[in-house]
Amino acid sequence: MHLSTLWFLVDGIFWIGFFILEGFDFGVGMLHSFVAKDETERRIAVNSIGPLWDGNEVWLIVAGAVIFAAFPSWYATMFSTFYLALVVLLVALLVRGVAFEYQRKIDDPRWRSAFTWSLTISSALIPLLVGVAFGDMLHGLPIDKAHNYTGNFFGLLTPYGLWTGVTMLVMCLLMGATYLALKTTGEYHDRMLRLAGTIGWVATVVVWGFVTWTHLGLGKGFIPNPLEVLAVLAVIASAWLANVKSDGWAFASAAVGVVGVVGSLLAELYPRVMVSTTSAAYNLTVANTASPSYTLKVMTVVAVIFFPVVLVYQGWSYHVFRARLSAPRAGGAVPPVNGSKSPAPDSTPGTSTAVGP
Amino acid sequence: MSTDLARWQFATTSIYHFLFVPVTIGLSFLVALLQTTWYKNDNPIYKRLTKFFGTLLLINVAIGVVTGLVQEFEFGMNWSAYSREVGNIFGGPLAMEGLLAFFLESTFLGLWIFGWDRLSKKAHLTCIWLVAFATTISAAFIMAANSWMQHPVGYVMNAQHQPVLNNIAALFTSPEFLWSYVHVLLASLVTGSLVMLAVSAWQIRKKRDVDAFRRTATVSTIVLIPALILALFVGSELGVVEGTYQPMKIAAAEAQWNTCNSHCPFSAVQIGGGANDQNPTQILKIPSLLSLLATNHLDGQVKGINQLQAQYVKEYGPGNYVPNVFIQYWSMRVMAYLAAVMLLFSLWGAWLLRKHRLAESKWFLRIAPWAVAAPFLMNTAGWMLAENGRQPWIVQGLMKTVDGVSPNVTSAEIWISLIVFVLIYIVLGAADAFLMIHYGRKELGESSEGSDDGGGTDGPPGDGSVDMHDSESDQSERVPALIY
Repeated sequence: MHLSTLWFLVDGIFWIGFFILEGFDFGVGMLHSFVAKDETERRIAVNSIGPLWDGNEVWLIVAGAVIFAAFPSWYATMFSTFYLALVVLLVALLVRGVAFEYQRKIDDPRWRSAFTWSLTISSALIPLLVGVAFGDMLHGLPIDKAHNYTGNFFGLLTPYGLWTGVTMLVMCLLMGATYLALKTTGEYHDRMLRLAGTIGWVATVVVWGFVTWTHLGLGKGFIPNPLEVLAVLAVIASAWLANVKSDGWAFASAAVGVVGVVGSLLAELYPRVMVSTTSAAYNLTVANTASPSYTLKVMTVVAVIFFPVVLVYQGWSYHVFRARLSAPRAGGAVPPVNGSKSPAPDSTPGTSTAVGP
Repeated sequence: MSTDLARWQFATTSIYHFLFVPVTIGLSFLVALLQTTWYKNDNPIYKRLTKFFGTLLLINVAIGVVTGLVQEFEFGMNWSAYSREVGNIFGGPLAMEGLLAFFLESTFLGLWIFGWDRLSKKAHLTCIWLVAFATTISAAFIMAANSWMQHPVGYVMNAQHQPVLNNIAALFTSPEFLWSYVHVLLASLVTGSLVMLAVSAWQIRKKRDVDAFRRTATVSTIVLIPALILALFVGSELGVVEGTYQPMKIAAAEAQWNTCNSHCPFSAVQIGGGANDQNPTQILKIPSLLSLLATNHLDGQVKGINQLQAQYVKEYGPGNYVPNVFIQYWSMRVMAYLAAVMLLFSLWGAWLLRKHRLAESKWFLRIAPWAVAAPFLMNTAGWMLAENGRQPWIVQGLMKTVDGVSPNVTSAEIWISLIVFVLIYIVLGAADAFLMIHYGRKELGESSEGSDDGGGTDGPPGDGSVDMHDSESDQSERVPALIY
């Protein structure tokens, strides 16, 4: 296998990793202001991803940086093409990153709700925008001989691109709901499972539409590719597993669904990386955008040494934060008088509701 | 037009980004020191101090991280021609930064914030040290990429006359990289310790936990003084290195229009100056100092701007190769003079600490909170000196800035993004400043183990009702209000 193909695969793994890992925390971010019945439940939702989201986001950064290093021309065309969309994406990333940290810092309902809604909206915008971009790259955009986009912002809103964006958004919602079910207990847990079941059926329709459009729209005949079948089956399985109250497997199936969706898109794309509607001769491909082999060799060495290390410690952090979260019993939970400077009261030991993972 | 706008955007967003980066690097190291002290002597004061300054660190990290994303995107958005041309070299360090530094930093920061009661003391301490370490390797990759723009190494020209990487090690061993990287690390320590000193001084002046904050005043002063002295020394060596590779940068920084062959004087202040004023009124000339700074020898030769311009025209063809002299001259001086003032100030602090009179010194305590502005001005001036001095090149001698912009991005688009970024940076900056002041002025948290989500890190009143309990642990556990 040529090194540039290997790096297309590696980059695909980073994108899929991003859509799975940050996908569920986008889902939680979107859902948390709607599904939580009170402040406690809202806080449980956000705390379930609090220690993890930042590490998840690095998958996005590395996926982008790998394109820069391994496929500089793809990076140059992609980022200058989606210019205004990326401005919106950056604003969402900026606001979201800060919202996690700042939301709780000031005890003022307006401050808090501003950041709560920032988190919700940005969590929806990011997967939507990245999804649209991926859809566009496969569907094709007017790109000239010098690999520069010749259209304007509205040219980016292709129907297939938008459908891909919605697909990613719905998949994030499905993962978010199953993840919340996995991290909660009692009535909250049951409610999240029911929600996951509902979202699962919506997702089935959306993903079925995406797969059909990807396949038929591109004139690939009637025999679907295995990843496309996998995407649909996994989403159906996730919905069904949520209905039979198997939260862990429902989450895992949703993640497999993401592998199917993103994987089938990338598989259709290869060996191209961005399709030109102006002329097939202007397509950006793995071969005509890749860095020379020395750069790819250096990156291969670095990745072989360090990527497994990353997986180990990130996996360990998931292990550390594997427990379900639940609210304390009412005992030690009397809020102090408003405006009091004293720190929050001690939590009463031993009152937590113990539910095994 | 597009080039100017794109430059404005990059300058604005990168200067803003670098307000937060050095605080993160410097303060993570200092917080790790505090926690190590707690780990060793088990004195609860150090735990409270760790959490107190940890909160300030986290407020900064949030913005430092997200504004870094903008930088990473901008290369492709505004500078696509540059990215296309040199991505095979420049992109490498950025990808490595993500894989080696960002994963490490973000994962262990999450573990540190939420791991107070979940991890053993030792494992938890290791987390903050790994965060501090990750910030320094992150800086290494960025400085390697930046140094390559100042002094390209480790490449060959291919048949299409495009630079192609052929020696990655050269990027990490070039003198330009080594000196500038160390300089940035020292500047970060100066910034972090001045933040800590300023907050400590304010607290001592308010007679709050004087005993505790005297300790952080001491720690920060001990770090500050050698860091400042070394930063001055390394900065001047960096000047010599750049004088070799980028003589125009140094000539412009001294407004040296014509070559001076030996014992060149250094002008402390000048009135006027700039592209159309080659004979500004120079005040207070210090004999031979410029030769010493630029070459390490009292009788060294300093090439003049006019001579360098003529030489470059011969070498690279017609064009203007002179950066903005006014910016060069003054950013160099703002940086150096403030450093000298800060050195005197920190020596004063050290003397007061030694005499045990810090708590009584009204003037020192009053000035210290304002002195915190100095490192930010110095850092900004330093970057202006380095990046403005590189102009008109985007990669010294290889590619001009005008040739690096995205050909298909319109001025309107850059205007929109520039305005959007500026507006959101103002909002985020205001929130950050507000929180820094709010939490910097908070009282040090309780030391009793039960309610220790720590100095300043305790959530707002009412938080007690929503503390989470990890259903797995046998002891109820507070999720610190740090993030949530």
